[in-house]
Amino acid sequence: MTEAVLETRGIYKSFGALRASQDISLDLLEGEIHAIIGPNGAGKSTLIGQICGTLKPDAGSVQLLGRDVTHDPARLRARAGLGRTFQISSLAMEDTVLQNAVLGALGASGNPWRFFSDALSDKDLRNTAQEALLRVGLEDHATSRTAELSHGQRRQLEVAVALTQKPKVLVMDEPMAGMGSEGSKRLTGFLDGLRREAPILLVEHDMDAVFALADRISVLVYGEVIATGTVDEIRADKAVREAYLGEDA
Amino acid sequence: MIRETYVNALAVAVLLAVPAWAVIADEPFTITLMTRAAIFAVAAIGLNIALGIGGLVSFGHAVFFGLGGYAMGILAHHAQTYTALAEWPILIEGTKSMPVIWLLAVVLSALAALVIGILSLRTSGVYFIMITLAFGQMFFFFAISWAEYGGEDGLSIYVRNGFPGLNTLVPIHFYGLCLTVLFLVLVFAWRLVNSPFGLALNAARQAPIRVETVGLDPVRIKLVAFVISGAITGLAGAMFADLNRFVSPTMFSWQTSGEIMIFIILGGVGRLFGPVVGALVFVALEHWLGGLSDYWHIYLGLLLLLTVLFGRGGLIGMVSGRRAVHD
Repeated sequence: MTEAVLETRGIYKSFGALRASQDISLDLLEGEIHAIIGPNGAGKSTLIGQICGTLKPDAGSVQLLGRDVTHDPARLRARAGLGRTFQISSLAMEDTVLQNAVLGALGASGNPWRFFSDALSDKDLRNTAQEALLRVGLEDHATSRTAELSHGQRRQLEVAVALTQKPKVLVMDEPMAGMGSEGSKRLTGFLDGLRREAPILLVEHDMDAVFALADRISVLVYGEVIATGTVDEIRADKAVREAYLGEDA
Repeated sequence: MIRETYVNALAVAVLLAVPAWAVIADEPFTITLMTRAAIFAVAAIGLNIALGIGGLVSFGHAVFFGLGGYAMGILAHHAQTYTALAEWPILIEGTKSMPVIWLLAVVLSALAALVIGILSLRTSGVYFIMITLAFGQMFFFFAISWAEYGGEDGLSIYVRNGFPGLNTLVPIHFYGLCLTVLFLVLVFAWRLVNSPFGLALNAARQAPIRVETVGLDPVRIKLVAFVISGAITGLAGAMFADLNRFVSPTMFSWQTSGEIMIFIILGGVGRLFGPVVGALVFVALEHWLGGLSDYWHIYLGLLLLLTVLFGRGGLIGMVSGRRAVHD
């Protein structure tokens, strides 16, 4: 059996009386896309927050590439190879597309303490950034202000910034949201190839994309994983159909 | 509409031409006014790095301005009274050398900014404004009660401190020195904004979570920016004290913090030349309107209000029409 690159072990998280994560144990293996689905309010974003380090679990642990990172802040997990894209774009909106990508490359370089050189003419940073933009198809928008991008293009930029990190593991929170079907299809094709480079934990509402991409699916309902399995297993699972997919699925 | 570059060029032209005219027309007071503007601009460029780029609304930059001022005041006071600043554990004497005073002003302000920054950056938004204001008030009241160095009355320095190769008592010499510092600080700020550090700082203001996600520490980046910012404003404080040959607790007051902020808001927050234009306009208004009425601050307030409401990024934005770096 291959080693899990990312693993949560018995994570618990409550906000007051709301139990957002209850004993969540799941893993992500080399080369796979593991999708997390679940209705709104199931605790998907809370789970991602704990995996990426912006939230601390009440109990349980998070393992990244064989190391316990439960108490590491988000930036250290990022430095260790965890790339993340956000559900709500969190880019520097007043900056250009290229600047956002260069920021990613700068983070990967680990040395922001350069006060006199020009960031955008730094060859290494610029190459890494442009390569990532090229891969997601934003190379023609490099000089556009991020605020002027369409919703879908911002999603592409989110992915590009994550790629500049040369991540070993990717956590993506609804990368398809707000994309047209055309863009969604393109991104699906892109992620399909990406899994060999970095396995992806994918939270997504777009079921076509999930069923097309996922090697495994975990279903989260009221903070609990009620089922984990292959696409066919999940489609056939009675509890899942009742809780989430509906009878017509 | 004029391009921002032309507005900047105009500001430089004013900085060069007005004093040149003043020398020919023998109007030393005009040179003093221009020196005042240049020094204010340096102070505001300092604040602009924290506020304009880093989004750190510091209402306590008078701390650094005042520290620079008192660094000059205390060193020069001991030099002119021929007393030692400290005799134990080592003998420290006062000095009348501007470069030494400036160095000390920069180091002291940077240290103060480091401590204040570490404490203040645990908060953000209104709390950050309030905590920096509180630090400012602490220094203000400390200076008032520090009888050894003049307390409320401040310290008078009889002869302006010296700079190698210049006669700083000649107004145009001292102006030339201040203008050189201003240009150097401008170049530094320009490099900084476009540097990798500047990029990270800019992003830390807009989306700290993004900076964190790419593996950088937004708080540490803001802290370094705050230290740089404080050091520059501290340097301006030492220059200001030398211009007036006088330091008093007023330099530490919240009104001083407010004025430095006004320079930036008037000229344009986050713009390279915003502090320069703001300081020039402020000193011009202070001189002309102040000559007409003791209540000239009412008109300053009106102008400020109009700039904020309609300027979209200060006077530079109003004239050039280009959007501010951010709103």
